[in-house]
Parts: sequence; C-alpha cells; structure tokens
Amino acid sequence: MTFNKSLLIPLGVFALMVVFLALGFGLKDPRLLPSVLIDKPFPKFELEDLRQPGRLRTIADISGEVSLVNVWATWCFNCLIEHPELLRISRETDVPLYGVNYNDDNAKALSWLARHENPYEFSIVDDKGTLAIDLGVYGAPETFVLDANGVIRFRHVGPVTPEVWRQTLLPVVEHLQGMSDG
Amino acid sequence: MIPEFGHFSLILALGLSVALAILPALGVYRRDALLMQTGSSIATGLFVLLAFSFGCLVYSFTQDDFSVAYVANNSNSALPMHYKVSAVWGAHEGSFLLWTLIASGWTLAVAIFSRGLTFDMKARVLSVLGLLCAGFASFLLFTSNPFDRNLPFYPADGADLNPLLQDFGLIVHPPMLYMGYVGFAVPFALAIATLTTGRLDAAWARWSRPWTNAAWAFLTIGITLGSWWAYYELGWGGWWFWDAVENASFMPWLVGTALIHSLAASEKRGVFKSWTVLLAISTFSLSLLGAFLVRSGVLTSVHAFAVDPTRGVFILVFLILVIGGSLALYAWKASGIRSDAQFEWTSREAMVLINNLLLVVATASVLLGTLYPLLYEVMTDGKKISVGPPYFNRVFVPIVCLLFVAMAVSPFSRWRRTSGDILIRQHWPFLLATPIVISLVTYVVATGINFITIGVETLAVWILVLLARHWWQAGSISSASQLGMMLAHTGIAVAILGVVVTTTYSEGRDVRMNPGDSIDLAGYEFIFEGVQKVRGPNYLADQATFNVTRDGEFVANLRPEKRVYSVGQNVMTEADMDPGLLRDVYVALGENVGENAWAVRIHVKPFVRWIWLGGLLVAVGGLVTLLDKRYRRIREVAGRPLVGTAA
Repeated sequence: MTFNKSLLIPLGVFALMVVFLALGFGLKDPRLLPSVLIDKPFPKFELEDLRQPGRLRTIADISGEVSLVNVWATWCFNCLIEHPELLRISRETDVPLYGVNYNDDNAKALSWLARHENPYEFSIVDDKGTLAIDLGVYGAPETFVLDANGVIRFRHVGPVTPEVWRQTLLPVVEHLQGMSDG
Repeated sequence: MIPEFGHFSLILALGLSVALAILPALGVYRRDALLMQTGSSIATGLFVLLAFSFGCLVYSFTQDDFSVAYVANNSNSALPMHYKVSAVWGAHEGSFLLWTLIASGWTLAVAIFSRGLTFDMKARVLSVLGLLCAGFASFLLFTSNPFDRNLPFYPADGADLNPLLQDFGLIVHPPMLYMGYVGFAVPFALAIATLTTGRLDAAWARWSRPWTNAAWAFLTIGITLGSWWAYYELGWGGWWFWDAVENASFMPWLVGTALIHSLAASEKRGVFKSWTVLLAISTFSLSLLGAFLVRSGVLTSVHAFAVDPTRGVFILVFLILVIGGSLALYAWKASGIRSDAQFEWTSREAMVLINNLLLVVATASVLLGTLYPLLYEVMTDGKKISVGPPYFNRVFVPIVCLLFVAMAVSPFSRWRRTSGDILIRQHWPFLLATPIVISLVTYVVATGINFITIGVETLAVWILVLLARHWWQAGSISSASQLGMMLAHTGIAVAILGVVVTTTYSEGRDVRMNPGDSIDLAGYEFIFEGVQKVRGPNYLADQATFNVTRDGEFVANLRPEKRVYSVGQNVMTEADMDPGLLRDVYVALGENVGENAWAVRIHVKPFVRWIWLGGLLVAVGGLVTLLDKRYRRIREVAGRPLVGTAA
C-alpha cells in the first residue's frame, strides 16, 4: 500500500488553525478594558456628600494618600456581592475607601448603607452620572486605585472578591505606598 | 442537598463515560463478545445519570436556590416559572450540561437503534461516543461546574436571567441547535470506527445517512429559530447578521449538507468514499470549533458566553485531541480506500461533486471571514478589525447562486450519465421566459427593477417549477427519501425567495413622532396614539400604541415596548409586528426624544416569513427521510465490502 501524502492536507490546515487559535490566547484579556485615564489625574468634580446633603466634595478630599475609589449603586447586584470584602478592607486596612454612588436615588442609597453597613469614608452623589462619564465607567461596580497625588494608577472592573483584593489590588496598593514612603 | 446529588451524579457520569470509552473497545481488542456488549447498558446508565443531574439543576432553579452560584447569576425569584426552567441553559455551565446530556442521548439512541450494525462496529462506535462524552463531562466538572455553591454568604436574590434570553425563541433554540451539533457526533463516530476497521463499505454509508439527516434537520430548526429570534427580539429588523456565533452554527450546516449528498453517492455508487469520511469528520469538527469560538472568548460576539481563558485552553486541547487525532487517523488509514466506479461529467455523481465543492468553498469563505479578525490581531500585534456583512455578501452570494443552478437541474440527473436533453435542452425556454414574467410582475407590484434580484428569483422559481413538474410526472413519490429530498429542496427555494424579496423590497424609516402623528410607508398608514406605562412580572415598560391602516381599512394595533428590567436595570426593545405570509409590518420603539416625542423605527418587510417557512420545510424534509423503509432493513452483512483491509 502506498501512502498518499495529500491525505495529510486536512491535518496541516487544522494544525495551522490551532496555532492561530492558541496565539489568540496570547492577546490581551478582553475583560481588561483599557482606561484612557490610567496614569492621569482623577477627573475634577464638585459633588454633594451622600450623608451630609449640601456639603460639596472635591478632588482635594480624596488625595493625600494612596486610596481606593469604588463606584457603586443600590441597583447593582454585584455591589452587594463585593460588599462584605469592602467592609473587611475598611476595617482591617488603613487604605481609605471612597464611594461614588452612581445613578442612584439618595434615600435608597442611604437605607442600603444602613442595612448593609457603610465601608466608605464618604460617598459622593453622582446621580447625573457626570463623574462616571468622566471616569469612563463601564458598569458598576468598578474600583480605582489612586496614588497619593490623586493620579489613577489602576482600574478594576467587576466585584472585588477576596482573591481580587489579595492578588490584584493589594499588590498595587502596597507598591504605590512603598513609592510614596521612599 | 439536591445540588450535591446533581454534582455527584455528574461525577458518576464521568466515570461511566470513561468506562464506555474503554470497555467495548477493549472487547474489540480482545475479541471478547461479552465486553463488546457492555456498551448498551453503560450508555443507558450514562444517560440516566446525566438526566438526573440535569433534573437537579432544573429543580434548583425552580426552588430559587441562590446558594448555587449558577442559579444566583442567572435567575431571580420574580422570574416567571417557564423562564426559570429555560434559564438552566441560559448561560455557559447549564447549557453545556444540556449539551452533554444530549450527547449521552444520542449515544443511547445509537445503542438502541443499532440492530443493523455488527457487534464489532457497534462496540467501536459506542467507544468513540463514550470518549467524547468523557471529554464533555470532564470539561463540565473541571472548568464549568453548574453546581458550585456560594456558601456561606449567598445573595438574597438572584441577578436575573439576561432579558434578551427571556423569550420563547430562546427556550427552544439552544436545545435544537445542540441536538444538531452533537448529533453530528454519530456520523463522526461511525467514520472513526470504520477507519479503525479499515473496511469502508456501502453499509457504512447507508448506516450513516439517517443519523446525519436527523442531526442536520435539528440543526436546520435551530438555525431557523435563531434567525427568527434575532428578527423579533434584537429590535433591528434584521434576520441574519453574519455574527461569529451565527457563523459557528452555519458552517457545520453547510458541510453537513455536503455530507448528506456525498453519503448518497457513496452508498449508491461507491464513489467519493474517502472524501465522505473527511466530510463526516469535518462536520463534527466544525461543531466543536463552534463551541470553542462561543465559549473560549477568543472571538467576542453579541451571543458569546462569559469569557474564560481556562475554559478556552481546555477546549483547545480537546479540539487538538479529537480533531487532530481523527485527521491523523484519516491520513494514516484512508490511503487504502479506492473508489473504483466510473462516471461522466453529466452524471448525478458529477452533480454531487459540484455540490460538494461549492459547499466546501462556501464554508471556507465563512470560516475565513469568521477567523480573519483573529488572524489579523495575531499578525499585527493587537490591532483590531471586524469583518462585516459586505465581505460575506460579496463572497458567499455568488457561490450559492452557482449552487442553486446545480440544485435546479440535479434532481433530474441519473447516476453514471444523464442525457444532455434532460440537463440542458428542456430548460432554456423556461430560463428565458421566467425573468420576463418576473420583470413584468415586479414592474406592476413593486417600485424598481433590480437585475440581480430578478436573476435569483428566476433561479428559485425555476427550482420550484421543476420540482412541481417532477412531482406531477412521477405520479407518486417512490420513497420517503425522495419525498424528503423534494421537500428540503422546495424549502431552500422558498427561503431564497424570502431572502431576495425581503432584502430588495423592504422599506423602513426611523422617525420622530408625537402622539397623534401619522406616517405613510409602503401603502400603510401608521398613527402613533401615545405611550403608557405598563408593569410586567419583572419589568416596567413604556408601551406605545400604533394604529395601522391600509387604504382606510384597519390592519392592526401594534404595541411595541421599551422595557426596563428591575434587577439589572437592563433596557430592552420589544418590537411588535403584524406578521403575514406576504408581508410583515414591524414597529420598534426607540428613545424618548422630547416631551412626548419618541424615536420610532417602522418597517414593511415583504416575504420575510418565507425565510423561516423555507427553513422549517427543509427540516421537515430531513426528518421525513428517516421514515425510509430501507434504513430499517439493514442486515448485518449488508453491502459488499468495496475495499480490502487497509494497513
């Protein structure tokens, strides 16, 4: 029996396809949405404090040390999922955590915080979504890591689970803290 | 407890599928008849365990058990009961459990309806299917377990099913699609089993045919439903988008169509045998590739499931083993296959060859268009590109037009050779007359004349008239196979007419309307009466009312909605339409653009139903062939071996 070499063609075509499919994995994870704001200063804002109506918060209130800014809302289911971890972070670490209450109703937001406990130093009312637009928020929850100068250094889309905190956010925070100390 | 039962049952199913992969094959190796026959009972057990596991997941959904992560992510206590059940296959994990259950269902069907097979063949086929089931089950258990718990902190309520999927079309579309995808595993397993024996005979082709036809019919239904769903649910009024996931279901269909025709030639005339085996492998491989594209996140698409590279790597390795392994086996074993029959270029064999070549080229063009964005990204180090409908329309349409010419004449061709009279001389008066008639009709009924449209319409009418004449002359149809073929071809012609007419003559407008405004489109008058709030079980909606009249006579009241689903705050456009055989009147409600003014999209789409009517006829044709008596009369030694032992 003679071996017919042309029978290898399908296998060759498939092998070529596999190479490309495998290379496809080397591409960036599509979940890592680019933020044009990375390494840019946090956008300027002048918005009311959720718990102290009438008091305007500005960028000056959140800069000075490495901090976390978390975009949340009562209508956002994943915010409830990440909530226990945010509470733990605010209790067990000294990293200040600020909230941006996005497209929400103040009364609902306050009762939500009363029911689930408040992990934030304070929350900014972004009921028109203007700050969220400046931040390029894709969907709540999102968490930004700011350095001591109020420059955005990292952005995480989706809930902050214990793994996300341990493996992704905490190293960034520690790195930035180390830089500002030295 | 119930989810743990389901999980445990899934683990047992993995064990049984490994046993199914090994034991019958071992029986073949040792020539142990007892071991060979274990296949049937293992297949039964496998199906029962997976059905139980699936039942446990359904139960968790109906009981709102949000401690199960998959339930919490895809259901909600306010979700109506029928959507709670269909939410089981609304996302990756559950839909893959359904896929695996269906795979075991086909395996069981092979074990039951295999009287015609020798013990040896049956054992080999069941082992191949067992191997596939083992792959599917381990994928579930190791990367996508639907029974994972959210303990100890579980949410009080679920995140709700994606509102796009809260729809009748999505209850039935995935099961049908999976029946098709996984069904092609049977001809695949038969091809592999036959390659390992090295005996490729007519019995093999005859045995593969009903399974291929059945899987293909289900896939046809699945694709048709998907297109119908996209039309009424996505709110754009389109019926096919050349989306990567649609293409993933379309490619196995195209190659499966080639396989159906090629199997007929292999069975009847013993030609193209090696090629047919390759098609059987390719059809199932493209089904698996489709699963990979949808579930790995390599391509992003509107339908794609959650992105997870671990799953992608698992599926890629599985693809390499299954597809690479079977193509290597093919390269090694197919050398011994000889097709000795002769035929002329006017014969039916030649027609099948043309059909196959065109379908394979069409598939290759779709595959290239689907993977090109990925190729481009890899080659250019991250630049993105998207291949849209212009590419597909330009490349795909000419190929299928050629295919339709072959389709019109081929049912009247004969095996070996056909007289030129049948193929050419009888047709030219008709081919001259039809475009003239259609042009006249178009001139009277519609607004403009488009030559491409008239050309394609001519082809479709030509196919239909020839089929009708054949029907008339034959007096009666000789077999279920022939009836099925004619129904399927009729369906294709009907779908072509639908596609061409709706593409060319649809009219649509996007307008801003205030209550009381009216607008004329294609002879219909639409009066916008206003918008009111309505409350659904798990959403709030703005519902508009349109009064549609034609020449002053009432046609329909249409109530399109803009829904806001309470849990995820997702906004959904729910179009409303007045369907009809000759035209659809379609209204979708856009944004609120002023005090009481709304953006409104209005379409009048002639013949659009014919697309899905044609698709259903095609599927019915495929199912009718299963009634053919010949498939039930196969004896163990049917057919002479056309090939000596290879290797």
